[in-house]
Amino acid sequence: MLKQIRTIAHYTLLEAMGNRLIWLFAAVLVAGIGFTGFLDELALTEKREIQLALLAALLRFSGIFLLATFVVTSMVREFNDKGLQLLLALPVTRAGYLFGKMAGFAALAAVPALLFGLLTALLAEPGPSLIWTVSLMLECWIIAAFSMLCVLTFNQVMPALSAVMGFYVLSRSIGTLQLIGSQPLAEHSVSQRIISVMIDCLSAVLPHLDQFTRSDWLVYPGAGWPLLASLAGQSAIYLALLSGAALFDLYRKNL
Amino acid sequence: MRERSLSAVPKAALLLLAAGLCAQLLWHVSHPPARAAAASLPAAPSLSAVQLASLGEPIALSKILLLYVQGFDDQPGVQAPFRQLDFERVTGWLGLTLQLDPRGQYPLFLASRVYGEVGDPVKQRIMAEFVYQAFSANPNQRWDALANVAITTRHRIGDIVRAERYARALREQATGPDVPDWARQMDIFMLADMHDYERALQLLDGLIQGGQISDINELRFLRERRERIASEAANRK
Repeated sequence: MLKQIRTIAHYTLLEAMGNRLIWLFAAVLVAGIGFTGFLDELALTEKREIQLALLAALLRFSGIFLLATFVVTSMVREFNDKGLQLLLALPVTRAGYLFGKMAGFAALAAVPALLFGLLTALLAEPGPSLIWTVSLMLECWIIAAFSMLCVLTFNQVMPALSAVMGFYVLSRSIGTLQLIGSQPLAEHSVSQRIISVMIDCLSAVLPHLDQFTRSDWLVYPGAGWPLLASLAGQSAIYLALLSGAALFDLYRKNL
Repeated sequence: MRERSLSAVPKAALLLLAAGLCAQLLWHVSHPPARAAAASLPAAPSLSAVQLASLGEPIALSKILLLYVQGFDDQPGVQAPFRQLDFERVTGWLGLTLQLDPRGQYPLFLASRVYGEVGDPVKQRIMAEFVYQAFSANPNQRWDALANVAITTRHRIGDIVRAERYARALREQATGPDVPDWARQMDIFMLADMHDYERALQLLDGLIQGGQISDINELRFLRERRERIASEAANRK
């Protein structure tokens, strides 16, 4: 199965190159450089901090958005072109296909993470920049895996992409939502308590992406390797969960 | 298209799904959600950065920032959140939101009525000074916040000298038609409370004889107060 995974991952990467996705990442990089130059002219003080914070936020969102869009559109096109049926007619298992695609997207996610990480390294210390880069890659992996699950579930671009964006926004704001929901004043009403319980349930099954790839690691000292290890642990668990769910969906699919 | 039955899913895939879900739930339980502490309010960012981040919607961003700052007061597990906040940082945030939305009254309301009444004189004075500084930028629109601060400073903090300074600023700078007379007259009664009868009487005379007050009842009230202050001054001599 490893050979199947490697081959499918290889062709997934080739497809990304053919779609000129790398050029899009490069365009974001150039826009980021221009953006930092603009901020340099604009800011009166704390120039480096302002540049880093805004640049990191821009790069992070751009990387996630481009990757999710590519994963969704590429897989939907493959379904529509009957590419999946063709592949599965060959001696390729469904698990081999899924893990192959996942490995391909994971390798692809390294491109924006490394490119954007290199750009932040020009302004930030190398250590925090490296932590930020690895964290962005982990975040991209989770989003790519969730995008695959959404495509397998919805089969169409719009619902899948909407679900991915909803998931991303919710995962990044779940910590704040929990804080708001746990206000002592709010607990007095039944409806607020129900909402609070719902938020807690959501929090239990969502990855806390608000703790990933934070701009403050680049701007202020404090980000360390233990933090990254914790994020890697969360990513590994969540990727296992998403893989399980995606396998479940794929195996039940009547092609 | 009907889906295949559950038996089509390999046991390993089901196991992975179950193990992943269990691991995620365990992870969640072992990592309790962060609780905001009152001391964790960060310093306000620079105006230029915030203006850029507002994407042309400074008023909307100002409102969001105000709610964000306000959120630090309402966190669980904090006994006296208002007092624990770093008030220098709070005024930084309030000043920032006021710069983004100069016509907004909410930052001054928070400063004078919420943060200005925490029961800690040092922190109350910080808020009072913030309102005083903000008042000078637009006295006719921001007079009510300073009037409230003057009253709080006089009666809650007991700092009559500072309160008189605020009341004087109201009399001298808040000259618009919407500013009520009581706000402009506070200064006079504070001067009397400080036993500065001479200045109080001078100001009262100016008001009564100046012709600015046309209401008969108000004139009668001011004359009565003048007589009382004059008799107090005579008694002290």
